[in-house]
Amino acid sequence: MARIFFPTSLQQLTGGTEECEIEASTVRELFARLEERFPGIREQVASAAVAIDGDVVPGALLEPLDPDSEVHFLPAISGG
Amino acid sequence: MSRTHVTCVLNGDPIDFLCNDYQTLLSVLRDELGMIGTKEGCGTGDCGACSVILDGQLVCSCLVFGPEVEGRSIETIEGMADGQHLHPLQESFLEGAAFQCGVCTPGFLVAAKALLDRNPTPTETEVRYGVAGNLCRCTGYDKIVRSILDAASRMSNPQTHKEAT
Amino acid sequence: MTTTRTGYKWVGTRPVRHDGLDKVTGRARFGADYATAGMLHGVVLRSPHPHAHIVAIDFSDALAVPGVKAIITGADLPDLSDEFGTGSEGGINFRDLSRNILARDKVLYEGHPVAAVAAVTLRIAQQAAEMIEVEYEVLPAVLSMEHAMEDDAPVLHDDLYTLGLDSPPERPSNISRRRVIARGDLDAGWEEADVVVEREYTTKAVHQGYIEPHAVVAETGEDGRSTLWCSSQGHFAMRTYTTKVLGWEPGDMKVIPAEIGGGFGGKTTIYLEPLAALLSRRAGRAVKMVMTRSEVFRATGPTSGSVMRIKMGARRDGKLVAAIAWMAYEAGAFPGSPIGPGVMTVLAPYDIPNVLIEGFDVVLNKPKVAAYRAPGAPMAAFAAESVVDELAEKLGMDPIELRIRNAVTEGVRAVYGPKYRKIGFVETLEEARDHPHYSAPLGPWQGRGVASGYWFNFGGETTATVSINEDGTAVVMSGCPDIGGTRAALAQMAAEELGIDVHRIEPVVADTHSIGYNDMTGGSRVAFAVGIAVVDASRQLIEDMCSRAALIWDVPREEVEWVDGRAQSVTGAAAPLTLEELASGSANTGGPLSATVTVNPRGAGAGFSTQICDVEVDPDTGLVTVLRYTVVQDAGRAIHPDYVEGQMQGGAVQGIGWALNEEYIFDRDGVMENPGFLDYRMPVASDLPMIDTVIVEVPNPDHPYGVRGVGETGIIPPMAAVANAVYAATGKRMQDLPMSPVRVLEALSGD
Repeated sequence: MARIFFPTSLQQLTGGTEECEIEASTVRELFARLEERFPGIREQVASAAVAIDGDVVPGALLEPLDPDSEVHFLPAISGG
Repeated sequence: MSRTHVTCVLNGDPIDFLCNDYQTLLSVLRDELGMIGTKEGCGTGDCGACSVILDGQLVCSCLVFGPEVEGRSIETIEGMADGQHLHPLQESFLEGAAFQCGVCTPGFLVAAKALLDRNPTPTETEVRYGVAGNLCRCTGYDKIVRSILDAASRMSNPQTHKEAT
Repeated sequence: MTTTRTGYKWVGTRPVRHDGLDKVTGRARFGADYATAGMLHGVVLRSPHPHAHIVAIDFSDALAVPGVKAIITGADLPDLSDEFGTGSEGGINFRDLSRNILARDKVLYEGHPVAAVAAVTLRIAQQAAEMIEVEYEVLPAVLSMEHAMEDDAPVLHDDLYTLGLDSPPERPSNISRRRVIARGDLDAGWEEADVVVEREYTTKAVHQGYIEPHAVVAETGEDGRSTLWCSSQGHFAMRTYTTKVLGWEPGDMKVIPAEIGGGFGGKTTIYLEPLAALLSRRAGRAVKMVMTRSEVFRATGPTSGSVMRIKMGARRDGKLVAAIAWMAYEAGAFPGSPIGPGVMTVLAPYDIPNVLIEGFDVVLNKPKVAAYRAPGAPMAAFAAESVVDELAEKLGMDPIELRIRNAVTEGVRAVYGPKYRKIGFVETLEEARDHPHYSAPLGPWQGRGVASGYWFNFGGETTATVSINEDGTAVVMSGCPDIGGTRAALAQMAAEELGIDVHRIEPVVADTHSIGYNDMTGGSRVAFAVGIAVVDASRQLIEDMCSRAALIWDVPREEVEWVDGRAQSVTGAAAPLTLEELASGSANTGGPLSATVTVNPRGAGAGFSTQICDVEVDPDTGLVTVLRYTVVQDAGRAIHPDYVEGQMQGGAVQGIGWALNEEYIFDRDGVMENPGFLDYRMPVASDLPMIDTVIVEVPNPDHPYGVRGVGETGIIPPMAAVANAVYAATGKRMQDLPMSPVRVLEALSGD
């Protein structure tokens, strides 16, 4: 089960939950599972940068998740 | 409005051009003569990107009016190499990685040449003050200063340099 | 210390860059160096007020001036909905972008474009612009963050409601967003702390300061298809943004990249491009537009001014146990300061268990900020690294030892969430500690400071093509403008792979119609991401060439290997085939030799830098002179060390300018008082010493040569390094930037 961490800004939607474990083989599936558990969250996470195992993954929707993956949602960054 | 006819020497060649009285030498070089090597960074004489040598004197061409160069001699970046042979400053800038974006480079080369024309063996401090009128935002000046010192040393010891290369 | 792995022939060497000759002879063509026959000249009419309603615009007299061919105002641009695209500072709102290009009902800063004019000469265009009559209803301006955040402050956007609050806001405000990062138990953390330091810091808006002003030539044909020649950090993004703002199709626009005269993040967005394109379509002629330096200052860039309060606690043994950071960043006229990376980076170098970080994005009547080298991180580091220095002093610890004790390492969870992958922070600290600079003697009124910084770095969408010519030379094509030597670095990586001389490779920056999409040159991404694509394409070519050699020799593929630019038979059964032979005979083996690779890579290695600064303070004038400066930075692997050093030196000196001289100064009416290089004082050669560099190489496992981005990290530590040095020299903690002579004198007279 992938371990999902919620930033403070999403914790209103998760009822204060800071992290949870979810069975998902891709980020798309993860978003669907998250939406089932925390309605309204998909729109928020879809606009965030997704970090999988410490690495921000651009265009992450189809990215595979390992059973022990860690997923974080961050503000989007690029740089100068 | 009638334009002024101006005759001068540009990089050793006699030339003439027509310009408006309000037109700067920078604008004449770029817009009338197509010599785009001289750059405009500010238009107020603060950045040195438009440096040219006018009768042996380093000037910002944005602060000189076109008609003012009547009968005078102008050196620009385009005249710095001798045919197919680069000036030692151009060589040292290339080899010393003395630029990143390169937009300030023509101005620096012209200013450095004016410095070495006047003082062939400058100290680091003299180099730093010699190009203090030229802004570079990429390099932090380190490699520019080193390259000018390197060129000065090549020029004052041409023999040593030839043997070394 | 450049520990280049032996065995590389080109990676880690310092060849003359391929575009160098054009740049030392004046032949290189930058944005303003393009011209077409019969082109018009465009100018922008800008608001004299920082905040006003536009009641009416009458340009009938201006349009009647002989030689004026077109005039446009905000009414000529389609209104876009709130739509976000990827871009600098993590997303660009096209509705705001459009309104920044041309004001609609309101002007929001002095210099905000109101109209644009194209005429047969620049002078006629300028005269006509002055004849445009704009009726303004002047509104009270919001010029400081303190004012902007007050409950009864005038509101810039009546549809702006703060995101990220605990309960939904009832009315609009100037705070567009609140960002929070929290972890651990702060009360427990403070309980554990033996020493606590709490301070407030401010920094001023500063400009990227590229020497080349924004410039564009646009030509729109009768069929509606257009061509743009412009200098930018990414011509694909310029096309996307420009066509979006105009409501045109991206495929109908070709953007040809000029050489770019510096960007530093400031050329990741558009200003003139849609104006020139639309004027060109209206007039049926090409239109050239070039900003003056004053326009560059008043209406492009800068990066945010900031207010930050930091509180940090440490145990007596030096362990950092708790921290609070409150940060507010100026966004300028529209939302979008780099507060996101600000809150993520402020404490990122350290492993602190109990943390609360709160950040605010604040709009006010100043130019909309743009990305500037590691956007959001330098000001944050100024505050945090000053506090770390003060804690070290209170603990009686060496400031580098305190940092080593708390430094993040591989596997440690960053304060913003994810675990760090392979990083080289501790290595930079150790190199700095052991550097002779760190123990060199100092004189009276002299002091030494150190500081560190962290930046994420970025990958991004990338296309690269490598092709072999019939003479065995190669072309490496990418779509990322080369701002500081990336063409050379890409050619070096291809030369290393192909086994040919780097100068038999021509690196090219191709236009939008000649290569697949590329994200911008930004986020320190080019040597990393484009490097991966170039290496992959080179390896595909080698595989292809080995297969063709096998075909020619009629042997299995396994019996062919690529050595020193030649296909070689492992059995020695056939004479080797050179690149030239394979290329010239390619018609018989399957056609031309060319490979294109597209990637969107993960794994841009994080960058850390630690810097040492010595200053001398003149007690009579308050002038701070930097005497010696050393930049230690992890580059993963330096492909071309000269240009890696150049990035480190240039970043450090921009930071020194930010620390000591540079600031936007506004009068009480909100008009910028120093929009020129005379009064906006960037460092010149005589202000500075040599900038020593130490390249640390902790290879990034996600790049074939170990590259990490190096372009941005160097600008993060300098402000704190300088401030800590000023403290060491004077005993005064400088909490407000810039540390100009006046401010330093004030601090010195505070005894």
